[in-house]
Amino acid sequence: MTQLEIKREAVRKPFSRRRKSCPFSGPNAPTIDYKDTKLLSRYTSERGKIVPSRISAVSAKKQRELATAIKRSRFLALMPYVTS
Amino acid sequence: MRLYESVFIARQDISATQVETMADEFAGIITSTGGSIQKREYWGLRSLAYRIKKNRKGHYIMFNMETDSETLKEYERVMGLNEDVLRFLNIRIEEVEEGPSIIMQNKNERPSRGPREGGRDDDRADASKEATAPKSDDGATESSEG
Repeated sequence: MTQLEIKREAVRKPFSRRRKSCPFSGPNAPTIDYKDTKLLSRYTSERGKIVPSRISAVSAKKQRELATAIKRSRFLALMPYVTS
Repeated sequence: MRLYESVFIARQDISATQVETMADEFAGIITSTGGSIQKREYWGLRSLAYRIKKNRKGHYIMFNMETDSETLKEYERVMGLNEDVLRFLNIRIEEVEEGPSIIMQNKNERPSRGPREGGRDDDRADASKEATAPKSDDGATESSEG
């Protein structure tokens, strides 16, 4: 689902893909909140795993923030640890 | 004095009014030592993502409060002893969020909770394709047998 969202824009050179920018950086970016399960679920796989930043293009700083938010959300049973 | 956000989950068997009195009790611990509750939210009886102590649902209460570490320690101790509390999470926050939290906003938007979030349409489309494909095969085999 979400991790496969890498959009290929108008291909200039073959095999060179433009780097997608971080969805949490820049103006009017969403704030990462452990209560916002709708947002967080976009950065977890179908099994409930956290999607690596190399796929979601989240910056390293925001990825750390995101990971803690997801873990808090799991602890409070707002999000699942595993979905089988 | 620091700002904290506290969420606790109470057992599903107790009533909403009991939850409120419990919350009052916990809030009392904070206010008795000069702290203050700046925001209080009752998220209602929500279904848990997984079972906790055989419970599938729980009452969620959130506080945003200003207190010192000593009181927070006492608050956590009392919560730990209370058997109606399934789980609690206390975290430090930099500032109290304006307005109701995102969970309350979602609740107000659509009180009747339908199927979960959007953005899964791709999955569903794939699933339906897979579901329809075997059916047509079955139909073919049946007809050949008949």
